[in-house]
Amino acid sequence: MHVSIALLLELGLILAVLSVVGSLARRVALSPVPLYLLAGLALGQGGVLPVPAAEQFVQAGASIGIVLLLLALGLEFSIAEFTTSMRHHLPSAGVDLLVNAVPGVVAGWLLGLDGVGVLALAGATYISSSGIIARLLGDLRRLGNRETPSVLSVLVLEDFLMAAYLPVLAVLASGGTWWQATTGALVAVGAVLAAFAASSRWGHHIGRLVEHPDNEQLMLRMLGLTMVVAALAELVRASAAVGAFLVGLALTGQTAERARAVIAPLRDLFAAVFFVAIGLSVAPAALVPVLPAALALAVATGLTKMFTGRYAASRDGVGRRGRLRAGAALIARGEFSLVIVGLAGTQLPVLAPLVTAYVFVLAVSGPLITRLTGTRPAQRPSDQLQGT
Amino acid sequence: MDVNEVLLPGVGLRYEFTTQAGERIGVVARRTGEFEVVGYLGGDRDEGRPLFRLNEEEAEALAQILGAPRIAERFADLTREVPGLSSEPVRVAPGSPYVDRPLGHTRARTRTGASVVAIVRGADVIASPGPDQVLRAADVLVVVGTREGIDGVKRIIRD
Repeated sequence: MHVSIALLLELGLILAVLSVVGSLARRVALSPVPLYLLAGLALGQGGVLPVPAAEQFVQAGASIGIVLLLLALGLEFSIAEFTTSMRHHLPSAGVDLLVNAVPGVVAGWLLGLDGVGVLALAGATYISSSGIIARLLGDLRRLGNRETPSVLSVLVLEDFLMAAYLPVLAVLASGGTWWQATTGALVAVGAVLAAFAASSRWGHHIGRLVEHPDNEQLMLRMLGLTMVVAALAELVRASAAVGAFLVGLALTGQTAERARAVIAPLRDLFAAVFFVAIGLSVAPAALVPVLPAALALAVATGLTKMFTGRYAASRDGVGRRGRLRAGAALIARGEFSLVIVGLAGTQLPVLAPLVTAYVFVLAVSGPLITRLTGTRPAQRPSDQLQGT
Repeated sequence: MDVNEVLLPGVGLRYEFTTQAGERIGVVARRTGEFEVVGYLGGDRDEGRPLFRLNEEEAEALAQILGAPRIAERFADLTREVPGLSSEPVRVAPGSPYVDRPLGHTRARTRTGASVVAIVRGADVIASPGPDQVLRAADVLVVVGTREGIDGVKRIIRD
């Protein structure tokens, strides 16, 4: 077997860089996603460290990254949580969609993007990063707060809407007509509902397809099934990502729990590769002209997310400071805004650099703002003693 | 005592209750098996002050200390009076196939003759649960029946 020294070396270097920036990010309690993007920007042609041999692997790894991100999202999903969120927060989801997608549409129109570009940008400004936010709330120990269920419900509903949105985008981006896109979306939504019905009724039988006491077997079966379904979904132009999401949805209970644990390290690796690939696909020089637009869009949609969070929390009867906290928590955008760019095609002008810069700004500032917003005012030590 | 159950989508569950002394306590049960106990003190009742964090093992130990065995003990006193009948707590492990499924699906009584007379869920006790009662991870079922019957229920719940 021929070993490509250049490939191994470059991959090794990329992973080493990611590990360093990742641990730096964690040290200051930030998400590593923006730094992975930055690493991708710094690497590659025109960057600090060109990695010609690893590019092919990174490109292939990126599509696996998208599939695994969506698979993990589907595995996280539970019907009970979805229905509860629907019952309490359907109006919040409507407000969320309206106030956060419209700025993306307007910005896309002002920047002269085509239909696909506008749709992609609207999606990118709409979807908060459930990965960043759920972790952040845990790290800040806010899971006990009253506004937290409102925030998480909004995130669940956003993630669910992605199942209808991604196929539409995928079909349009591959040159399909609106008519084909609608069909694609309907097929995808129908498949999601079928997966729901199947998992609630026969979840254990579907689980038996992949269930195995041995973790290695479980991983191989999970990945095999997911990739095949993803490929089939791509074949009918409903997007591989949606296929993977469906597999995740169809698995429930113990199988889903174990699958999550088994998939997690792989997902982390390939998701990181995907973020790097997005960074790689953007030429640093293309970033400069879109910076003002990205900043303006970040400020505007940061404020609209504040509004969304405050509205959602007020529906749960949360007080003023809790509403502020909820709003701030929702600001962070991350992995799914980038997945959208990945689907819409990184070759589109303006879109990829714009969203990369936009995600970078909000993935850094969102958690920072959350940390500083609505916290308890500094206490006198005597309060602390009485309090506990 | 009322225990309020709040769903935290994607994260887990939160149980809240107010003690007789008027202190409000929340317990966050994460999907990962970790627990977080928070107190709602002072002016802002929306903001929980983290008190402590427990991993699965520590939470189990605390639960053993606090409650489940005592309730089972009370049933044990009851069953001592009838020869041949015994009672035992059976815990629903997070990995059990009956998590989030109705009690009726276990068909425990039909298959073993033993009855589930109560479900201990956190600080709540659901007395004489119906077949529609949905089981949750970490529930403790109080099972009354013959020795063999109880062992049968244990096997059913486990796999």
